[in-house]
Amino acid sequence: MSSSYERIFNLPLGPQHPALKEPVLLDLKVEGEHVVDVALDVSYNHRGMEKAAEYRTYVQDLYLIERICGICNIAHTLSFCQCVEGLHGKEIPERAKYLRVIAEELERIQSHLLWLGVAAHEIGFDTFFMYIWLDREISLDLMEEFAGNRITTSYNAIGGVKRDMTPEVANKMKKGMDKLEERVKFYKKVVLSERTVMKRTMGIGILRRDAAIQLNAVGPTLRASGVDMDARADDPYAAHSLVPFKVVTDDGCDAFSRIIVRLDETLESINMIRYCIEKLPPGPLLQRLPRRVPAGDFLTRVEAPRGELVHFLRADGSDKPYRYKVKTPTFSNLAPLREMLRSKGKYVVNVADVPVILASIDPCFSCTSRNEVVKSS
Amino acid sequence: MGVQRWAMGRSPWVLHFNTGSCNGCDIEVVATLTPRYDIERFGIFLKGSPRHADVLMVTGPITRQVKDRLIRVYEQMAEPKFVVAVGSCCISGGVFSNCGKGACYNVYAGLDSLLPVDAYVPGCPPKPEAIIDGITKLVKKIKEEK
Repeated sequence: MSSSYERIFNLPLGPQHPALKEPVLLDLKVEGEHVVDVALDVSYNHRGMEKAAEYRTYVQDLYLIERICGICNIAHTLSFCQCVEGLHGKEIPERAKYLRVIAEELERIQSHLLWLGVAAHEIGFDTFFMYIWLDREISLDLMEEFAGNRITTSYNAIGGVKRDMTPEVANKMKKGMDKLEERVKFYKKVVLSERTVMKRTMGIGILRRDAAIQLNAVGPTLRASGVDMDARADDPYAAHSLVPFKVVTDDGCDAFSRIIVRLDETLESINMIRYCIEKLPPGPLLQRLPRRVPAGDFLTRVEAPRGELVHFLRADGSDKPYRYKVKTPTFSNLAPLREMLRSKGKYVVNVADVPVILASIDPCFSCTSRNEVVKSS
Repeated sequence: MGVQRWAMGRSPWVLHFNTGSCNGCDIEVVATLTPRYDIERFGIFLKGSPRHADVLMVTGPITRQVKDRLIRVYEQMAEPKFVVAVGSCCISGGVFSNCGKGACYNVYAGLDSLLPVDAYVPGCPPKPEAIIDGITKLVKKIKEEK
């Protein structure tokens, strides 16, 4: 590499760029058309969320934590509520556990469909993008009916959930799930038969199984490298120990298998919602908990749509957190992303493939920006 | 100026800039493009380059890191130009506007302290209908002004 060093130059991508939905700087080192290395700057979204959480009471924090990420807000509030409930040492009602699973899986469906649309847009397949986003509205309508808002729902509360599922909503949900299942199966057929999609994603963004484990990839990115790991199965929370589901994996290790894994996961989520509606136990929704949280530490893992989400709470016995820490799936996936973006031997990354590879980990930089990333090498 | 404004009222091109948003507003902005809401029927078109855009649509609280880039993007746009603030965070700092003493250490409370804002779309996040309403009201304003 040293002989050709003079020919390497920097190509900044971002913070404002048509291929990016969020402000992030990808400082690509390119040699001709090939990407040799990348330095990521994710600091544009830093809002001081963890510090802000220390100034507010637990009830106020619920609404702050929700705004870490608009797309996976239910996973964030779920983690926060689990931390507080864990320190109280109280179980929430059974019905609330099932309703939390329904909300979480509904969010996963909308997030995966959103992602598939964005991925289709990145490979220049805009018709597919429009189709998917039209069908995503089905899941958003159900979310609005079920939780009260399209995106930021405030559904989880400390000690349970806020809204009940009425029989009418359950009926609409069942019908919506049938429609969504049909559409997702159609999309899977399109992805498996459309050469445009295959040509742009097969063999792109390779992350081998050993590299994925070594670099601590999470979520669909990890499962598309053939590793069977899912917080819902490994460390069940809410009603996940009672709801059967299959952990989807794929051995392709490339962007294409990440599409397949997410599509199959969407189908699994649809089945989980159906199961939860069938088995929904009667009972109260909310267990009232005191405003002051007993002193102690609590760490919780939740499988957000993008992967494993870790929340940590240290309480000092007052009504405000002493320290709140969040580790998001995208942060874990940044090191694997760098691995995917580096040409090595026969594996070549073209500049034109960078948006596809970036999209393939389903990045959410607003989640990630509470962390400082120190540039290495 | 008259002809320019008349022409722009027909088809304002919008540049979407995320200044540290939680993605809630961003996905609703993208949703306005998609078949159910289809903002393009008003001639509104989302562009990737500030040089092509007439309207700067800002989402999210303005972080210190992104402030200079936001102003640079605004300055790169050709006159006449307009700014739309989408979402509570962008309008006033929203949930980040009060952290003990004043706003959070890394967030500016409100876009209008940095740029002249022509339209505000409140909500957390605003629904796509609200965003379309905000832009069409801006278009009306552009047409009526001399």
